[in-house]
Amino acid sequence: MNLETEKLGFYRYSSPQTFYPLAGKMLPWFWVVATLFGIAGLWVSFFVAPTDATQGEAYRIIFVHVPASWMSMFIYIVMAAWAGIGLALGTRLSGMMAQALAPTGALMAALSLLTGSLWGRPMWGTWWIWDARLSSELILFFLYVGFIALQAAIDDPRRADKAGAILALVGVVNVPIIYFSVIWWNSLHQGSSVSLTRSPSMAQTMFAGMILMALCFWMYSIAVSLMRVRAIIVERERNSEWIRAEVKYAVE
Amino acid sequence: MSLPQSSLMLVVSVTTKRDLLLAIRRKSDVLVSLFFFIIVVSLFPLGIGPEPLLLKKIAPGVLMVAALLSTLLGLPRMFAADYADGTLEQLALSPLPFGLLVSGKILAHWLVCGLPLVVLAPVLGLQFGLDGETLMMLMLALLIATPLLSLIGSIGAALTLGVRSGGALLALLILPLYVPTLIFASGAVEVQMVGMNANGYLSLLAAMLALAVFFAPWATSVALKIALE
Repeated sequence: MNLETEKLGFYRYSSPQTFYPLAGKMLPWFWVVATLFGIAGLWVSFFVAPTDATQGEAYRIIFVHVPASWMSMFIYIVMAAWAGIGLALGTRLSGMMAQALAPTGALMAALSLLTGSLWGRPMWGTWWIWDARLSSELILFFLYVGFIALQAAIDDPRRADKAGAILALVGVVNVPIIYFSVIWWNSLHQGSSVSLTRSPSMAQTMFAGMILMALCFWMYSIAVSLMRVRAIIVERERNSEWIRAEVKYAVE
Repeated sequence: MSLPQSSLMLVVSVTTKRDLLLAIRRKSDVLVSLFFFIIVVSLFPLGIGPEPLLLKKIAPGVLMVAALLSTLLGLPRMFAADYADGTLEQLALSPLPFGLLVSGKILAHWLVCGLPLVVLAPVLGLQFGLDGETLMMLMLALLIATPLLSLIGSIGAALTLGVRSGGALLALLILPLYVPTLIFASGAVEVQMVGMNANGYLSLLAAMLALAVFFAPWATSVALKIALE
């Protein structure tokens, strides 16, 4: 390694060629950490956290529901940030990162909606209410689907990255507007008397379980996105020499 | 090249005039999305039943959703023809500010697809049994909401230019972004119906319009340049 690349430091990894092996090295660690947090989180949430006085055992789904909701929002912001960097600096890897994050974000949003309705059934006696949070989560899911569909529809990967980046940035500006407009809409109609925002005092262990599960989800998202970005790199760079060498090495 | 203020307005008005002229030469395109609006609105009473109270209650939402879908129907036309025959590329290459040219096209789209909805809506509102003041509020809300729909939609139209199954994709991209407009515009009418002050909703709509007038043509021109690459 010569002096020039030495000086680049961390930025050296903004090229797919250098990032691919780095991501490969980081992957097992994120899986290990995700598994450890997962085991700890599940143990706390099933055996340590007390049964809720009013909600019984059914409340335990929040240990999946809340981390999934958090991640769905967080991943959208990270995705938009990568997209913005890609658009501003023209770095190829940024677009690939945004593309790799989108399916995980969509999965988290879908999981949050699914567990939300599973929780809603015993709690409110209905699968779905048009509550502000549920509605805005649903719209967030649509935004993810739109991003994935736009990227899938454009054949040229560079154009797909840039077009997706604009959509992600427009989306991230709109997410708070959508969220507050849905809250206003909810207060205007007052269709349901159930309030999700009134948070009951939560036992310390419940909170700990939720945080551990959130960390597990976070590490899982990083690990799976790194795997996906490696696949995207292989797909896009399939004609270059170095990727052939990498893949050949991996096969042998 | 820096232009004096008056020439900047000229750039917008010339582009708008050209697009309007093209729209007038092909009236059927415009009329199709107008009749679409009328038909969609008329389908709801047929589907739900002629109960006056229920119809009155759903009227603001139905009219706004129909306006939204009708705007969506006109969006692919905003740039498609110019993209196909190379005009758009020439506009992008010209020394005139591309954002202003795009603004002119968006303005023309609103005049052709949005403004007629504002004029038609009260007639359709009568079919739902809305009273005079509510009809006025409906027009006012649509007057602010329809340019907002054209502006937000232009970003989607630019992104899906020349893309496979562009029309369906455009709906998927843009409809979630239309949610706040839908909520505030139909909210204003509903609030008016129960006799409360709708100024808050109108102010929010106007604020979003101000933001969109500034940012949307810029985002659209970036998206168009990506499509032209």
